Amino acid sequence: MFETLTDRFEAAFTKLRGRGRLSADDVDETLTEIRVALLEADVNLDVVTNLTARIRERAVGEELSRALNPAQQVVKIVLSELTTSLGGERLSLTYASKPPTVVLLAGLQGTGKTTNAAKLAQWFLRQGRSPLLVGADLQRPAAVEQLRTLGGRVGVPVFSHSRSPVKAASASLAEATRTGRDVVIVDTAGRLAIDAEMMDQVRRISKAVKPHYTFLVVDATVGQDAVSSARAFHDSLALDGVILTKLDGDARGGAALSVKEVVGRPIAFASVGEKLDDFEPFHPDRLASRILGMGDVETLIDKAESAFEADEAEQTATRLLEGTFTLDDFLSTMQQVLGMGNLRSLIGMMPGVPRELRSADIDEGRIGRITGMIHSMTPAERADPDIIDASRRQRIAAGSGCRPGDVKSLIDQFKQMRSMMKGLGGLGGKRSSAGSRARPAKQSGRSKQKAGAQRRGGGRTTPKGPKPVSKAPLALPGLEKGDWPGFN
Amino acid sequence: MTPAVVVVLVVVAAVVLVAVVVVVARRRRRSRADAGGGGAVGQLADRVIDRVAERDPGTAAEASPSLRDRLGKARAALAGSLASAFEKPSISEDSWTEVTEALIRADVGLSVSSEIVGAARARVAAGSDESAQAVAALQAELRERLSGFDRSLARRDDGRRPSVWLFVGVNGTGKTTTIGKLAKRESDRGALVVLAAGDTFRAAAADQLAMWAERSSAHIVRGAEGADPASVVFDAVESAAARRADLVLADTAGRFHTSQNLMSELQKVRRVAEKGSGVVTETLLVLDATTGQNGLAQARQFTEAVNVTGVVLTKLDGSAKGGIVVSVQTELGVPVKLVGVGEGVADLVPFDESEFVDALFA
Repeated sequence: MFETLTDRFEAAFTKLRGRGRLSADDVDETLTEIRVALLEADVNLDVVTNLTARIRERAVGEELSRALNPAQQVVKIVLSELTTSLGGERLSLTYASKPPTVVLLAGLQGTGKTTNAAKLAQWFLRQGRSPLLVGADLQRPAAVEQLRTLGGRVGVPVFSHSRSPVKAASASLAEATRTGRDVVIVDTAGRLAIDAEMMDQVRRISKAVKPHYTFLVVDATVGQDAVSSARAFHDSLALDGVILTKLDGDARGGAALSVKEVVGRPIAFASVGEKLDDFEPFHPDRLASRILGMGDVETLIDKAESAFEADEAEQTATRLLEGTFTLDDFLSTMQQVLGMGNLRSLIGMMPGVPRELRSADIDEGRIGRITGMIHSMTPAERADPDIIDASRRQRIAAGSGCRPGDVKSLIDQFKQMRSMMKGLGGLGGKRSSAGSRARPAKQSGRSKQKAGAQRRGGGRTTPKGPKPVSKAPLALPGLEKGDWPGFN
Repeated sequence: MTPAVVVVLVVVAAVVLVAVVVVVARRRRRSRADAGGGGAVGQLADRVIDRVAERDPGTAAEASPSLRDRLGKARAALAGSLASAFEKPSISEDSWTEVTEALIRADVGLSVSSEIVGAARARVAAGSDESAQAVAALQAELRERLSGFDRSLARRDDGRRPSVWLFVGVNGTGKTTTIGKLAKRESDRGALVVLAAGDTFRAAAADQLAMWAERSSAHIVRGAEGADPASVVFDAVESAAARRADLVLADTAGRFHTSQNLMSELQKVRRVAEKGSGVVTETLLVLDATTGQNGLAQARQFTEAVNVTGVVLTKLDGSAKGGIVVSVQTELGVPVKLVGVGEGVADLVPFDESEFVDALFA
């Protein structure tokens, strides 16, 4: 299993602490890891070479910032270099003064051209346009049927011609004018870049419709070959942009970097799921961290660092791992988390969070009720929720305008989380499977311990020496790992 | 789950994770030794990349449309990258780097490439391989690793229960097309074939399969769009049994191995296929030759879920080499059984490790 670059860099940089700048030697040590990471993410070998050269240039001599350690700093540089490479100029679609605006989709077989033609049509619809889909894939059996079905689903007419893809494409322009459609999206057959005959056909289609935009549809799972096929398509068709598909799997999508480097045109859209709605303008920063296998953790850390007092957060986290986390801690952490921004977007940045949770319907208003419940508890209850019996529950429910059941579920969830976290804290070397399921241990003397822990707050909280922290803490314990694409 | 509980859960998750993230960010002091042997691989990557840097980038992978057969074209695409390694009279450090580089470019992957090159070097050093060239030594090593698999497609020929071949894979790898070609091939060989249009998700997937059924004069059983794929496959098996057909080729919708629900659905399809009169004798994972390192994850997850018995490597007629199947075969023990080298019916051929290895280095 791949681990994030930061993990890998830490060791290389431990001896660096206390120095002011990154030296060439320091950077070279990490470049190896960067290369490995990029190659494992399917970035093309030549592209890796160019990229690492650029990263080296940028990183050497960089002043070390106080807030970040050197490893994080290099990761930041790598991320920003990748983001720049992937992003740069944005494609802003303009519409032809004399409609229709013609969009041509091309690519290898099975990259998702037909599906994305429909997704694009829906996107144009939402921009207030009236698109026409053109089925120019007469190669694959039932490709036009597929397009018609999808067109029906999004409410966009589909035009085709039974014999010739070139004729279908050229006749579609008149059809669009006749029926008042102002955008024409031409779906072509999948073809191999080295198939001269088929490449000639798509060139003829292109000549016939004179597209305003030609998009290459690229599959995020593609490996080293991405470069040669993208180059061939670019040479034949002069691409204007790229649509990156199949980001719903866990492929890192390094191919996007390769394609971007070769074609030099922006990645305009990303297809992130099977539903026709799962189509959005491309975010270079997200893909950059995905390529490095790190979710958006770095952004998350940035946000967390700005929202939390570092020392306080560390104490809280220590209590969490020791199992002495209280409802007061919970409340204050929750408020700080809310200060970091939209809850759902935060969850989206965390690696290892399962889809169910990520797509859960989060009504932030309900968080107010949780706050209310905790506020209705006495300090003793907050410190030790185990003392909350039925009659206390009644009182808390009455005080916060909830039902006793709500109070119970909050406390149950809280305790469950606390014991999960405690199990995690004890992970260290051995990974006890009991950790996540263990009930809180006997409660006697617990609150005293806790008070002590709180009073000791100012002391050393980071254990001395190297403490192996498993990758597991980055995933939500107790929930299935591996079903959140792209971040494992 | 009530909404309130969901909210609590979500908040708890958020709180916990943010706290952990902060702590982890501060505590990470992982030693390099723990990184899992990244060192040697890393050095190799360095060497490979240093060499690439010396050359003009971009000259390596130019497609040449002039060669006769399609595989020939594909092979020519990378010819330049190894020419020098072939020319050298003896093996130098550079030639090892070059062959590693060729493996990486063929999507074999960094760690597997370095492992294989290491083994080839050891062979040469131990004198057990007489090859005077790195390429030859490596080819021998690869062939050996890839040989010894049973690549036949299993069938029960007792004429009573139809054999079911189930096709699985991520979206767009060519499952339906592969089934179409196989239907034609098996029908031509005299088998009575029934196609199960188990892809009830993708628009017109059943229509696509129906056209192949027509071409190969196979029967097809299809359900409504959005129907339960397991029931379609079950019906197809029953219909095959009633017709005394030999073989059911069951299509399934493309799905990502990361989607738990869809993988469970697939497990159900496999179970239900054997509920009636059929026996699943092959579960074939269709892998696209252009797939990069994600291919291994795909193969691993599909194998775990539905016990894949073989791989169909499609689209090998392009410039992509399909090197990921080296890992799939050596790490998961799942052999490639068929290779797709074109769009024609005849372009589905048995896998041959020697040809594949040659093409990898062509």
